[in-house]
Amino acid sequence: MNNIHDMGGFTQFGPIPRESDEPVFHADWERKVFAMNIASLAFLGPVDRARHAVERMSTVEYLNSSYYERWLRGIEIMGKDLGYLTDEEIAAGKEINHKDMPHPPPDANMIEGLARGGVPATRDDGRQNPIFNVGDRVRVKLVETKGHNRATNYVKGKVGVITKLNGSHILPDAHAHDLGENAQPLYSVRFEAQTLWGENVTRKDCVYIDLWEDYLEPA
Amino acid sequence: MATHSHDKKNPYHESNRSDADNQALDDRVNKMEALLLEKGLVAKDALDKLADIYENDLGPMNGAKVVARAWVDPEYKKRLLEDATSAIAELGFGGLQGEHMVVVENTPEVHNVVVCTLCSCYPWPVLGLPPAWYKSFAYRSKVVIEPREVLAEFGTEIPDDVEVRVWDSSAEIRYLVLPERPAGTENLGEEELAALIERDAMIGVTKVAA
Repeated sequence: MNNIHDMGGFTQFGPIPRESDEPVFHADWERKVFAMNIASLAFLGPVDRARHAVERMSTVEYLNSSYYERWLRGIEIMGKDLGYLTDEEIAAGKEINHKDMPHPPPDANMIEGLARGGVPATRDDGRQNPIFNVGDRVRVKLVETKGHNRATNYVKGKVGVITKLNGSHILPDAHAHDLGENAQPLYSVRFEAQTLWGENVTRKDCVYIDLWEDYLEPA
Repeated sequence: MATHSHDKKNPYHESNRSDADNQALDDRVNKMEALLLEKGLVAKDALDKLADIYENDLGPMNGAKVVARAWVDPEYKKRLLEDATSAIAELGFGGLQGEHMVVVENTPEVHNVVVCTLCSCYPWPVLGLPPAWYKSFAYRSKVVIEPREVLAEFGTEIPDDVEVRVWDSSAEIRYLVLPERPAGTENLGEEELAALIERDAMIGVTKVAA
């Protein structure tokens, strides 16, 4: 989806706002949004759906929201999409239409297990046998995508070099939309600054980015 | 709260919210929390546990221990660069947003810096939750195209003959920078070294000072 979340390459957002002695959360509501978001993924997830929910915010609202405000909007969007919440309930802060839940919410022990154990994105039964090798030149396909996609605009259509194979990873494009996992080879791809930004670039910079096999074609 | 920001009007930044804004958000979030609890989408003890873990247990002190170990133990460093997830697990760290770790090493020829341009992916088990600047639009947008200017904002000057590598965390791989060990620290032990290593150096926007 083309939206402002895909912001790599803009230069005019101003100075980077830095704080000394920054707290983990700037307000109690940030702490609550963080915890609600992670805990509710048992019903609203996977994380790919959560990322896509934020990407679907209106461009102007996205730019006018802080990080955890966007997470809060994400919970609302997913909750409504999946039929758990309605606008009326969100405004009232209480249940109006009862819906039986498929299972109880994760308790503290389960949540601690999730936090400490993680959720691996690799799959042994995914597509193996990578079609590209380290050193291969690849072009990022230019494909119009209305749903979730993790190929940034600034690399689309550009040529890079495979630097590493990372095993078979769940494809977010499918996973965010309940289309299965479509696990497939994930590559680390190096792009020179000159390729990304212009032939007149002389500085010795490059970007490494992780791209799924379906995003790439031989170059 | 002290801030280095030069842009106090910047409305999307956390430290610039008015009390009224925070109050409105408080109300909205309290309603959402009450609703999710009533619906059975979340459990209160799970919410408290999450806040406790990410506020008190996880933070850059974990990553600093990894870096310090790599500085004093060449065999550990080798394992860390080959399979960071396993090497980091040796020190007891791992979990959500650290399932697939890669450590990239700064050298006299290469300087590494990490970003997530699309959201704000970050290696939680070794660095905790990201600082506001890492999540800012200014950082996310600019570091891929003008990394040297961004590093200069942090007071980090990179010579022209050093290659700057920007790592954009677009998948579930999370990156940690292994900074260069500063000169003059030859006699320091692992714990003393760890105390020198700050979060920003492990993101790659600063270097470790002795």
